[in-house]
Amino acid sequence: MKNGNTAKAQRRRHKQWPYHLMMLPGMVFLILFHLVPMGGLMMAFQDFMPIKGLFGSKFVGLKNFERLFKLPTFWRVLRNTLVISVGKLVLVMVASVVFALLLNECRHIKYKRIIQTTVYLPHFLSWVILAVMFSNIFSFTGIVSQIVQLFGGEATMFMISNDWFRKILIGGEVWKEFGYGAIVYVAAITSIDPTLYEAAGIDGAGRWKKMWYVTLPSIIPTIVLMTTLNIGKLLKGGFDQVFNLYSPLVYETGDIIDTYVYRMGLVDLQYSNGTAVGLFQSLIGFLLLVIAYKLADKLVGYRPF
Amino acid sequence: MKKLKASDIFIYIALLFCGLICLIPILNTIAISFSDRTSAALGIVKLWPVNFTLASYKNMMEETQFWVSFMVSVKRVIIGVSLNMVVTILTAYPLSKTKYQFRMKNIYMWIVIFTMMFNGGLVPTFMVINKLNMMDTFWALVLPGAVPVFNVILLMNFFKGVPPSLEESASIDGAGPWTILTQVYLPLSKPSLATIGLFSVVNHWNSYFDGKIYINSVNKMPLQTYIQALSSSLNAEQMAMMTAEELQEQLAVSSLTFNSAKVVVSMIPILLIYPFLQKYFVTGMVVGAVKE
Repeated sequence: MKNGNTAKAQRRRHKQWPYHLMMLPGMVFLILFHLVPMGGLMMAFQDFMPIKGLFGSKFVGLKNFERLFKLPTFWRVLRNTLVISVGKLVLVMVASVVFALLLNECRHIKYKRIIQTTVYLPHFLSWVILAVMFSNIFSFTGIVSQIVQLFGGEATMFMISNDWFRKILIGGEVWKEFGYGAIVYVAAITSIDPTLYEAAGIDGAGRWKKMWYVTLPSIIPTIVLMTTLNIGKLLKGGFDQVFNLYSPLVYETGDIIDTYVYRMGLVDLQYSNGTAVGLFQSLIGFLLLVIAYKLADKLVGYRPF
Repeated sequence: MKKLKASDIFIYIALLFCGLICLIPILNTIAISFSDRTSAALGIVKLWPVNFTLASYKNMMEETQFWVSFMVSVKRVIIGVSLNMVVTILTAYPLSKTKYQFRMKNIYMWIVIFTMMFNGGLVPTFMVINKLNMMDTFWALVLPGAVPVFNVILLMNFFKGVPPSLEESASIDGAGPWTILTQVYLPLSKPSLATIGLFSVVNHWNSYFDGKIYINSVNKMPLQTYIQALSSSLNAEQMAMMTAEELQEQLAVSSLTFNSAKVVVSMIPILLIYPFLQKYFVTGMVVGAVKE
């Protein structure tokens, strides 16, 4: 009863219109650039012609999707996307956790700082810039080829080799993100109760045993959380990276949904097909995201909003 | 003083390896930018310049297009980030209120979350920008991304953590929402604001794709778009037709050192704000990803 009264009193005290006014600019932008384009999703069900416009074009129902699901390219792109993003998800996670564990064992504070500063850097560089670096390093005469030759291998143009392209994508992502990804794990490690280590020490656990039996289990909730949240990105695969690194020679292994949509929609101007693929991706992505948030809530009680 | 054990040495070396791996591509690019063209094309440049020369940088100084694009990017950072900040603060504040204080909060919240999880996709968004006559204008670079939803949620969560008693006492003194926001909340959230501000700087500086699809005139092109266009100037179809040897020749002729120099200069702004970034993003990242 008392609670109800204070709530009512609060409500009286709070004028509503200033809040609405504050929301206004954000809402205008969201509606204009996010909600209005959703109307354009109609194109996915039309045989869209720019001259006839969105309301003049003929509706064809699910025909665009039927055609799409029959295209071998579509399945190739879907497979590539899943392989690449699952690879990235798992390996970035493993690398980040291992790095966080190692960092935690480093007793020299200054050394630790320097290493941290270094490994976070790639995260802030764009793939445009990194693509130039990667093409230097992975070229026929680049550093990687030379190292391979040192071990008796052959120089290769890695970036246009279907054997290597996915490995470069996944490895490149691990390289760029493992440091940054470790931040949450480092934070989780600092909040571990020190008495756990003391107890383990009394039981005779050495450094590695403590790492394995105390540190790692303590950050498992964080690992589970970060991994589940990333499930929502499974159909993404990293447009900026692929777009800046790939070439027609590696479409076979490296073309992902987003790059396919870009070429189909904005290069070949097949608006309806491009939109249809985009819609397919958004719907599955939305589903995955809902599942991810539900799972995260269930597994570790995480609610971001 | 503790004795250095074998396990310590192992850890130092492993960490050193991680650090070096991250630096080598960057150092290699810097070294190439200071080397002469032949050495770079032959691939003998590793982490130190071979036949040190400033030729690439001199060339770059004379290339007006590079600097025009550089200034477009600077302008976009200044205007884009200011817009991002204003909109983020104004959106995050009402959303941080309870539903007793702001009755329609949940409806707005759903709109924000919905736009974060679902969108029209590339082609429809492109057509809306086209319909709004924003093609080939500077505004196509800053307005579509005016609401960085991730930052809004981050700041909203921070605002939620501000003790309500502060707001109550201010409101007893007669302060309205605007005064409370600017006089109570904003001064308290400087670290959070710094975090999202820096995120937004990096984001605007690094964006290239909007410049690629919305901008046609070269003099309005942001720097990253310009570099992207250069490094992929080998036409995709041409590449597919070439044999590996021909392609290799082509790549060697294209000015490796020149491009590397451009990349190095385009990294400088990021490196300049990097110390500040480092100071804030750890907290920002942790607050944003794992509340509590």
